[in-house]
Amino acid sequence: MSHSESSHGAAYEAILARRSFIELGARERARALLDAGSFRELLGPFDHLESPWLPLQGIVCQADDGVVIAKGALDGEPAVVLAIESAFQGGSIGEVSGAKIAATLELLLGEAEAGRPVRPVILFETGGVRLQEANLGLAAIAEIQAAIVALRRHVPVVGVIAGMVGCFGGMSLAAALCSYLIMTKQGRLGMNGPEVIEQEAGIEELNASDRRLIWSLIGGEQRAATGMVDVLVEDDVEQLAASVRELFAAGRPAQARSERIAHYLSLLARVDPATIDAAAMRQLYNEEPSWTMP
Amino acid sequence: MEQLTFAYPASRPARQRAHVGVVGSGDLEVLLSPLPGLQAEVVIRTSVDGYGPIWKSVLDRFFTRYDGAARIEINDFGATPGVVALRLAEAVEVSES
Repeated sequence: MSHSESSHGAAYEAILARRSFIELGARERARALLDAGSFRELLGPFDHLESPWLPLQGIVCQADDGVVIAKGALDGEPAVVLAIESAFQGGSIGEVSGAKIAATLELLLGEAEAGRPVRPVILFETGGVRLQEANLGLAAIAEIQAAIVALRRHVPVVGVIAGMVGCFGGMSLAAALCSYLIMTKQGRLGMNGPEVIEQEAGIEELNASDRRLIWSLIGGEQRAATGMVDVLVEDDVEQLAASVRELFAAGRPAQARSERIAHYLSLLARVDPATIDAAAMRQLYNEEPSWTMP
Repeated sequence: MEQLTFAYPASRPARQRAHVGVVGSGDLEVLLSPLPGLQAEVVIRTSVDGYGPIWKSVLDRFFTRYDGAARIEINDFGATPGVVALRLAEAVEVSES
C-alpha cells in the first residue's frame, strides 16, 4: 500500500524527513546537539571509570558507567553536554555516573566564577537512583542538585527530557531545578514511575498499563501545558538543537521555577486529590500564568 | 556473571581504537584497542553463565577474517550470537576507518 497518495501523505513525509533524537544513544545525542565537529568526550569508555559495586552483585559494568561527558560548542560558545544512557541499567545514577555529572557541574561552576562561563546541557533519561548503589547514588544526586542550583546563578542550565525512559526519582527533582526544561511528547517527568505507584498503592490508584492516562498525567504535553516545562518539541534533532541554542541566547530567567515557592504552594493548596484530573490540572495551573517564555 | 578470556594470533597492528554498542538488554559493548605484538586477546564479561563454547565458536569465526593485533573487551548483557557478530564487525569497521 502506498501512503504517498493518501491524505496522510504529507504527514508521513514530514515524519520521515525528521531525524529522531529519541532513537540515538547518549553519545550520539551529545554529538548531535553540539556544533558540528566540536564533540570531544572526557572520561570516555577507554578510561574504564566503572561502577565498583555492580560486579559484586553479579551485574556487568559499562565502561563509561552510563554517562557521557561531551565537551564542545553551542553557537561557537564553549559548552558541555551531560548525557545519560537509558539502555544501561535504565539510566540509573550510581556512585560513578553520578560523580561524573556532579564533578563536571562543579568544574563549570569554578569556570563561571572565574568569568569563563560554559553552557551546561543535561540530557535526563533516567529512572533515578541505581538501587544497587543505594545511598552512594543518592548522595551523588544530592551533589548534582546542589551543583545545578549553584551554577544556574551564573549560566542557564538547560535540561532535556526526550524519552522514552523519561526522568524519575531524585533526578526528576534535579531536572526541576534546571533554569529551563525541554521535553518531547514522548518524554515523561515524575517523582515515582507509574509501575511503582501501581505496585505500592494498588491498581485502583493507578493502572500503569493505561498508557493514555499515564501520558496525560506526566507526559511532555501535559508538563508543558501546566508550565512545568518551558519548551515542547517534536522528536527531531534539528528542533531540539535549535531550542537549546535559543534558550542559551535568551539568558538566565528572572526567576527559576523552583524559586517560585509561594506561587506553587498556593496552587497546590487548591488541588483536591479526590477530584483532580489532567484537565483540571491544566486549568488550575493556567489561571495565572505561572511562567512566560523570555 | 561470568568472565571469559581468549587469545588468537594476529598478523598486523590494529589501526585505531574503537568503541561500539551499549550494555543494554540483548546488546553488548565492544572496546577494541591496538595491542603491541602479534596477538589478539579477548576479555568477555557476560551476564549469562555457561555459554563459553558458543562464545568460542563466534570468536573462532570472527578471527578467520580479522587479523589485527588488538585487545577486545566485551561487556555483554545477553546478546545473541548474531548480535555479537554484528557488533564485532561494527567495531572493526570503526577501527579500520
